[in-house]
Order: sequence, then structure tokens, then C-alpha cells
Amino acid sequence: MSTEQLSGIERTGAGAATYVDERVGSNSWLSRNLNKVFPDHWSFMLGEIALYSFIVVLLSGVYLTLFFKPSMVEVIYDGPYVPLKGVKMSEAYDSALAISFEVRGGLLMRQIHHWSALFFTVAIAVHMFRVFFTGAFRKPRELNWVVGVTLAATALLAGFSGYSLPDDLLSGTGLRIAEGIVLSVPIVGTWASFLLFGGEFPSTDFISRLYGIHILLIPGIILALVTVHLMMVWTQKHTQFPGPARTNNNVVGYPLMPVYMAKAGGFFFLVFGLITMIAGIVQINPIWIFGPYTPDQVSAGTQPDWYIGWLDGALRLMPPVEWSIFGYTLSLNVLVPAAIIPGLVFTAAAIYPWLEAWATGDKREHHLLERPRNAPTRTALGVMAITFYTVLWIAGGNDIIAVGFDLSINFMIWLLRISLIALPAIAFWLTRRICLSLQRRDREKLLHGRETGRILRLPHGEFIEVHAPLNDTERAVIEAKPDSKPIPIPPETDSSGVRNPKYRSGRVRARLSRFFYGDTIEKPTADQIGHADEHLSDDVEFEKPLLEREAAATVVHDGSVLHKPSLGEDGHPSEAPDSGDGR
Amino acid sequence: MSEDGMDNTTGQEIATSGGTTTELQPGQHPPADVAHHLRRTDSDPRAQARAVRQVAAMFMLSAVMVVLFIVAFVAIPRDAVVSLPYIGPIGALNAAMGITFGLAIFLIGAGAVHWAKKLMTDVEVVEERHPMKSPAEDTALVADIYEVGKEESAFAKYPIIRRTLIGAMALVPIPFVVSLRDLWLQPADVTTPSAELKTTLWRPGTRLVTDITYQPIKAEEVPVGGLVNAVPADLVEVEEEEGNLNARAKAAVIVVRMTPEEIQSQQAPDGENWDYEGLLCFSKICTHVGCPISLYQQRTHLLLCPCHQSMFDLADSANVVFGPAYRRMPQLPITVDDEGYLVAVSDFAEPVGPSFWEVNKS
Amino acid sequence: MKTLATHRRHPAAVLVVIMLGLVLTGGMYAIANSATQARSVQADSLQIEEGKRLFLEGCSSCHGMDGQGADTGPSLIGVGAASVDFQVTTGRMPLAKPGPQAAAKPPEYTEEQIAALAAYVASLAPGPAIPTEEDLDTSAADIGEGGELFRANCSQCHQAAGRGGALSDGQYAPNLMGATAREIYEAMLTGPQQMPVFADSTLPVEEKQAIIAYIDALRTSEDPGGWSLGRFGPVTEGLFIWIGGMLLAVALAIWIGAKVR
Repeated sequence: MSTEQLSGIERTGAGAATYVDERVGSNSWLSRNLNKVFPDHWSFMLGEIALYSFIVVLLSGVYLTLFFKPSMVEVIYDGPYVPLKGVKMSEAYDSALAISFEVRGGLLMRQIHHWSALFFTVAIAVHMFRVFFTGAFRKPRELNWVVGVTLAATALLAGFSGYSLPDDLLSGTGLRIAEGIVLSVPIVGTWASFLLFGGEFPSTDFISRLYGIHILLIPGIILALVTVHLMMVWTQKHTQFPGPARTNNNVVGYPLMPVYMAKAGGFFFLVFGLITMIAGIVQINPIWIFGPYTPDQVSAGTQPDWYIGWLDGALRLMPPVEWSIFGYTLSLNVLVPAAIIPGLVFTAAAIYPWLEAWATGDKREHHLLERPRNAPTRTALGVMAITFYTVLWIAGGNDIIAVGFDLSINFMIWLLRISLIALPAIAFWLTRRICLSLQRRDREKLLHGRETGRILRLPHGEFIEVHAPLNDTERAVIEAKPDSKPIPIPPETDSSGVRNPKYRSGRVRARLSRFFYGDTIEKPTADQIGHADEHLSDDVEFEKPLLEREAAATVVHDGSVLHKPSLGEDGHPSEAPDSGDGR
Repeated sequence: MSEDGMDNTTGQEIATSGGTTTELQPGQHPPADVAHHLRRTDSDPRAQARAVRQVAAMFMLSAVMVVLFIVAFVAIPRDAVVSLPYIGPIGALNAAMGITFGLAIFLIGAGAVHWAKKLMTDVEVVEERHPMKSPAEDTALVADIYEVGKEESAFAKYPIIRRTLIGAMALVPIPFVVSLRDLWLQPADVTTPSAELKTTLWRPGTRLVTDITYQPIKAEEVPVGGLVNAVPADLVEVEEEEGNLNARAKAAVIVVRMTPEEIQSQQAPDGENWDYEGLLCFSKICTHVGCPISLYQQRTHLLLCPCHQSMFDLADSANVVFGPAYRRMPQLPITVDDEGYLVAVSDFAEPVGPSFWEVNKS
Repeated sequence: MKTLATHRRHPAAVLVVIMLGLVLTGGMYAIANSATQARSVQADSLQIEEGKRLFLEGCSSCHGMDGQGADTGPSLIGVGAASVDFQVTTGRMPLAKPGPQAAAKPPEYTEEQIAALAAYVASLAPGPAIPTEEDLDTSAADIGEGGELFRANCSQCHQAAGRGGALSDGQYAPNLMGATAREIYEAMLTGPQQMPVFADSTLPVEEKQAIIAYIDALRTSEDPGGWSLGRFGPVTEGLFIWIGGMLLAVALAIWIGAKVR
């Protein structure tokens, strides 16, 4: 394209691009990347929701820093909210009230900030589900999975540090619990707590310390991790679902310029707009109702935000266990739910890709996603983890549920304690069964075609169901199922009777491999499929005239016009007025 | 797809959406070998014109919303209330700003997506992937460079340099960590954190006063079944900078009264009574993770923590009867002074608040 | 009139006038007072009779023939009129069905009947009386202090927004948003069910009024930020973001990814 064809503004743009290119050589990079292909699927946008809500968090957060005063200096409230007039409070809480009641748009920004923070965490969770259940974490994306798990953990810290800043009764109670957890750490607990809070709880330094952590340290870490996360997605190219023309060696989708740019860029505005509208009409965290924090007051129904709720629930479900070690105290009733369980959960999530790869012996690169049913054990493990999490989450709100549904909290705690052990196991077993059944159905489909639900009566009186051949997409999706076989147990000794040094680990691995792939339903062979196809096309040939005759006898309704009203024995003319032609 | 069906292929004849054949432009990827259906906007010029109008209308409406936002910002008073269906009366300014601003943003996105879906190409294209692994010669080259570097730096030749460097690097962050020591400016009279955690404001003879209003409490004024949230009288004199909240966080107590027959046991050693005529005083700070608890159920004498639902039986030495807490709630021995007001006999005998490593060490 | 005019500067005149005034007002007060007293005594005894009748009919099966209590219900000796008024006005008594605690429901007695029952129970032994109009007058109350007292004494069970909370074994602290000033006052005074007693001595009348004024402010205040989600805090907010927010966002993503015809 020559420059004469360009408009004035385009010429300016081109000039700027040239200027930059002459200094950093950017055009080579752009030439390779500007038309990069992205596959189109709604579930690939879940991560984008997380990214966009994080940007919204940043933008609204910057606005809030202009008005918020992270100070625990005591002031007397004298603002427009009457029920708090004359009440002693910290400057932090006072300024948060000013943002809510005096600054025009301040309340909106506060609510945008809080809602988008919740959106961020929810989107991370949902995005993580998608990546896990489709096997998108497999080689070569294990490292990016770990970055993602770290991001999830950091997002929890970001949320909790923000929840604690306004110094209202709810946030202060959250901090008090956090301090109790720090105190329970063996040996260094009391020192760690005193250093963190600048002395005893609550002291007068903590809000300003937390503020630095919340607006600088944690967002900095998240930004760095998000950058790495996206760069890896970019270089590795996005995974895609199986389908016609989609292989492990290509990407089928739309080019970045212009389609994906418009869709992804537009989606940012959609998410931002959605959050803003929610912030306009749905109230979140009404700090003025909770009142200022003092360490000897509390409200019933004191809860953390949803993403910390599971840990609060774990604290509730844990039985009272405290060990004495040479006179020192180990508070397992706090340590286990608040430190060990989250530690285990995040560690297990982070190392899962390597566990699975080792157990299955799979060293290949995977760019084609796996359908959840085709990896029954993984899917079942995922559902099991979600069930575990959900039970803890329900426990975190059990008092609200108890009041709402007339239940006893004592009963609920016991029910949830039992559920925490039993339900994940049941969920695992059930999910695996469902996946295997779905695999069986897929096999049926490949061999016998799709059931149309139409019943046909043959001339000699037999009833048959019409099976239709699969279309390209259906066939490609089902045929993409990998042939996964368990690894056999290695021989204990070699031919000359020498003991195999890898026998033990090999046996463990074979067992794990059988755990993953043992019950998988075998895909029909190419021969079987060919045979079945022939059979099916014979059927189709055979049914065709019958179907045609039936079709001819059926009144076909298309919009308001009735076609061929006189056709067939039982084709009675319509009472609706005809459009005027064909009568 | 052919092997060279990659970025920027030119001159290759391929089938496109319309079934006609065109040349691939530079910068265009080849279309994927999948069934493609024409959209109405591809075949019907009127549908196309309509889509263009819709997109432009959305962008225009977004601009209108910005104007409305400014109107709302200026015109709506901060305390105005609007009643929305299903939601009820809510702040009008916040709702108006949220909806106008939200729509202004949303409509840009909706317009862009509508534009992309209806008017931009919907032909799926193919880009080839390459294994992530670098070509073998690159890997070999990296190894060579490393070898050269190792040789030239003599890093391997002089282990003393290597070891001292590693040692120095390991130690160099220590000053940073050590400087964190004064995150807690330790007062001269405080020996350890645990010692500080184990003392409260309560002294022999300290009067109990009501929380918030700081009135001394006459013993006979608390009826059976009654509850008083109390603090030490000295708390009023502790300035905020001197740690009023810290003192409050440890010294807050509740006073309850039962008939003496209802009291099954107390924390007092044998032969002593820490109650005063059925008045019992307990710490208000949960021994689990420190929530203040005063959910006192006067019939069952249970004290319930709203945070993690530990339950303590105040009639039975405040022992744990349910929930995650392990230690009982410490009891404050109380009596009355000459004027009949409740006073503490001594400080708590057990540490108040959450457990910690040294909690049971004297 | 001349005599009066000449004697009005007499040293005794002031005394005479004062005496006259005192006798007049005192006498009139005595007459008026005796009249009202007589009437109220008469009314009271009638009321107590009626109350006793109602009690024997509707309450004695659980609380005993003389309100002395039984296995089925606590003694009512000394609970006072306030307690009866609270329990019966809020429909908690008579008990509909045995459960962890008596639930509020529409009252089964008329106002006069409740007054009669209260008078009867109050006649058994002295106890807290029904608060007067003056007790319930919150016009001079300090709402700010009321809030502080509410958070120190009430919110641990009834929740910061007064929406209620869970207690042990299926019991609960009820939502305060439907409670009248009189009911709140009586509840503080008498400690119904598991609620502790906040006697006038440790929580004086003005402080009770302040608390009632604050609860009223909670009830009548609009939500400046929009739909309150019940003011339950983070649990309902979390539920909303999952069910409302995320579903909408996913619907948008599906719209973006959907093929166009």
C-alpha cells in the first residue's frame, strides 16, 4: 500500500510507527504478531474477565487513593451520616465515610472497586476451572499454570488487605482473626505478630503498613505475574478445542487485527460497563452500618469476602485440638485450617501438572484441549477439589444459612464436618462414572450415528429409530479422543535375573497410570468405523424413500404461509388466510 | 492445510466464503478448511446497512450517556432517593451515575463486538504452530557460549572465588532483614511479646465500669439473667497513643449473673469463689482467634462466638462445649468495694485471647 | 374593695396569699387525684379479674394455675407486666408449637386482653412495668451514642444492621426491623428467652432510648449504594457476584463467541 492512499491521521500514525521502529525495530515484531490467530470460544474469555476486572480494580483504586487517609489517628465524626455523629473513629474509617457520603461519585468508585475485586477473584476461579478441566495446563503450559496459581493466591491477599483497610467493625474483626492466626505459628508467632502490627493488636501502625502492601506491593506482584502470564500465552499461542481442521499443530480462529482486537477490546468495555452498572444499583460493604472498629465489639454474621470464606469455614469446622510440647503450645485448631489446608490446596494445585504427567508418562506437547469426559480421573479429581472447597465455603456462611433456613448451627457444623470427608469421595466416584458413560455414548455415536429421535414404521410393520450420520464437527470432536493406555508394570528382574532398580517406582507409576486410564472406553478402530459408516449409509439409502414419502405426507409450516395444503390424504387445508397465491 | 499455508503467504489460490476464489493478500492467513455459511450481512446490503446503523447508534448513545452522567453529577443532590422496582428506595445519585457511566462504557463494547460480529470477516483462518523447543543448533550454541564464558571467567578454575561469592550473596540480604527488627519499637519495660500478652489493665481493686458510658456497676443492680459489657475504670485514662485500643483488646470483660445454685463450677482454686453473689466475670476475647464475644444465652448460660461458633458454658468454668476453641474463657475474680461497686480481686489467672506458643509457659 | 386595697400591704398579706394558693391547689389536686385513683383501682381490679380468667384459659396449662411454673413452662412470678406485654404482643406466647425457641407471629389476644393478662401477672409479684410513653420518647435521644451502645451490647447477637443472627442449637436472635420501640424496650428490660436482661440500673432509660433511636435510624435509612442484598454482608455479596455478576459476564462471552447467521 502506498502512502498516497492514507488519510492524514493514518500518515501521522505511520510516521510515529516509523519513528519508533527506527529506534527499537518494532515493525519486525509487529509484522509477525499483528495478525496472530486466536481461537474463538466463550470459555477462552473467562481469563479475560479476570484481566479486565483487574484493570478496573487498578483504575478505581487509583481514584480512591486520592481521598483515602490510611491513618489510625483518632477523630470524632462530624459528617453527614447522622447515626455516626459524634462517634470516635480512626481517620481511615472517617475518610472512607467521606468517600461514601461527601465525595460525589466516591461511593460509586468504592463500589466499583469492591465489586470488581470480587469479579476478579470469581473470574480467576472460573478461568482456572476451564484450564484444569480441559487439560490446558499440560506441556508446554505447566509453568504458566504455576504462574496462574500464584496469581490466584496473590489475588486473595490483595482482596483481604483491601477488605481490612477501611477500619470498620467487619474489617477490624477480620484483622483480629488474622492476628490470632499469626499468633498460632509455632516458636515465632508472638514475635511475628508484634513486628507485623508494631506491637500488640491493634496498635496504631497497621493500617498505614497494610496500605503500602495493598496499593504497592501486591498490585506490583500481580502486574508482574499477569505480564508473564500473558507473554507466555502469546508465545505459546492459545490452545483450541478439537474440531474440523483443528490439529495439534495449528491454530484456527480469527486474526488479532481486526476481529480479535474488536472482540477482546470490546469485551473489556462490556465487563467494565457491567461492573459499573452493578456498582450503581447494588450496594456492597456498607461500612457505615458496621460502625468503627474497636477490639471489644463484634457483629453477628461476621464474615470475610467470599474468597476467604472457605478458610473461615475451615476454622469453624476444625475440632478443638491443641498440643502441648514441653510446655509449649501448638494450636492445631488454628494452624491446620488457616495455614496447613490452604498451603496444601495451593501446593497440590501448583504441582498437579507434573503429577499427572509423571503418572501418565505423557511427555508430548498438547495444544488441542481434551474434553473433560475423556480424562475421567482428572475431571473427577477436579470436581472432588471443588466439592471440598464448596463444603468449606458453606461452612463459612453457616450461621447465615442457619438463620435463613431455620437450622441449628451445631447440626450444620456436624453435617459439614462429615460432608467434608464424605462428599468429595462421592463426587469423585460419581463424576468418573458419568465421564465413562459419556465416553461410551461417544463410541456408540461413532459406530451408529446420531439418534434423531424419529421413529419410522417399515412396510412390514417394524419400528426403527432413524440414525443420522454425524456431521463433520461432531465427528472431529469425538475422534479427537486420545488413545490413552495405562503404563504396564516394568519387569522385576531383567532377562539375566538382575533386579531392575526402577522396579519400585515403576510399579507405583503403573498403578497411578491405571488410576488415570484404567477404565477408559476404547475408541473404535478405523476398521470398525469404516464398517459402521458403510452400514449407516446403507441404512440412510434404505430409509431415504420412506422418509421422503413421510415428508410428503406431512404439512410443512413455514412462517404464516401454508404450502401445498391439498397434498396427502390427511393434509387438511389450513383455516388461516392464505397470502393469496397458489390457490 | 499445506505446509507453507502460513503467515504472509502470497499468490496462493484458495476458496473463500463466497465460493469464489481470490488471492491471499500479504498479511492474510489462509482460511481454515471448515464449512462456512454466509451471514445475512454478507449477502444482503440492507442487513449490512442496518448493522452499520446499529453500531453507530450504540457509539452515539454512549456519548449521550456521558452527557447524562454530567447532568446527574451536577443536578442530583447527594441525599436524593429513588425507588427502583424490586429493589426499593436507594441513593439516586449513585444509581444515576452508575447507570449512565456504566452504559457509556458498555455501549462502546457492545458496538465494537456487534461491529466485529456483523461486519468484520467471519472466515476462520489457520496459523501453523511450531514446537516450543528451540532448534538443536541453538541449544548447542548456548552450551558453547556457556563453556566459553566459564573458561574466560575462570569461575571453575578458582573455587575460592565461587565459594566466597556464594557465601557473600547468601549473607547480603541479612541487613535488610535485621532492619525489620524495629517494626516493633519495644518499650524498655517490656521483655517479650508473650509477657506483654499475658498482662492486662486489671489490678486488685480496679473498678468495673460499663463499656461506652464508663459508669461503675453496683452489684445489686445486675439482675439474674443480666449481662453487662464492662471495662476497667483505668481504661479511660489510657490515651489513644498509649495504646488504649491495645489495652481494651485484652481487658474487655462481660459480667453475668446467675443464681448461685446454677453455678456448677468456677475457675477458682479449691475453697475459693471468684464470683460475687452469683455475679461472674469473664474475659470477652475468644481464646480461639480473638473475636470479642458477648453472645450470652441467659437460659443455657452459653457464651457463643459469632466468628467461629465456639461455645463456652459460663456456669461450668466457661469450659468449651462446642466448636474449635480449645482453652476456656479466663475468669476474672471479682468482689465489691466499700461503696458496693464491683471491683477486680486480681488480674486474670490465665492469659486472655488467642493461644500462642508460650501461652502456658510461666 | 377598699378594705382589700388598704390591707394588701399588710405584712401578713403575702403569707395569706401563699397559704391560700397552697390550700387551693392542694385541695384540688387531692380531689382530682382521689378520683383518678379510685377509678384506676376499680379498673385494675376488674382488669386483674379479666386477666386471671384469660390466664386460666390460655396460659395455666403450661405456667401453672397460679403462674408458679411447671415442667412445661417457667414461673411467671415476678416477671412483670413488661414481659407479658412483650411475649403476647409479639405472638411468641401462647406457644404455637414446641421448638428451639418461641417464634414471633401475629398476636392472638386483643390489646385490652393483653393489658388484662399483664395486669394479672403483675399482680402476682412486682416486676418490670410496661414502659410509659415518656420512656419511649426518643426525640431527645443521641443516635450516635445509641449506635455505640448498640454495637457494644446488641450487635453481637442481632447483627450490625439489626437483621438477626444464629445462636446455639437452632435458636436465634430475631431480626429487629419489625420490632416496635415498646417491644425493643421491653425485651431489653425483661430478657425474653435467651436474651440477657439489660436492667435500667446498668443501661439507664436514656441509653435504651438512644438504642431504640439508632435501631429506628437503621430501619428508616435508605441504602445510598443501591440494593442492600438484605444487609447481611459478604455472604450475600459473594452469592450475588457468582450468580448475578458472573452469569451476566459469561452470557456476554457466549454472545461474543456465538456464530452469526
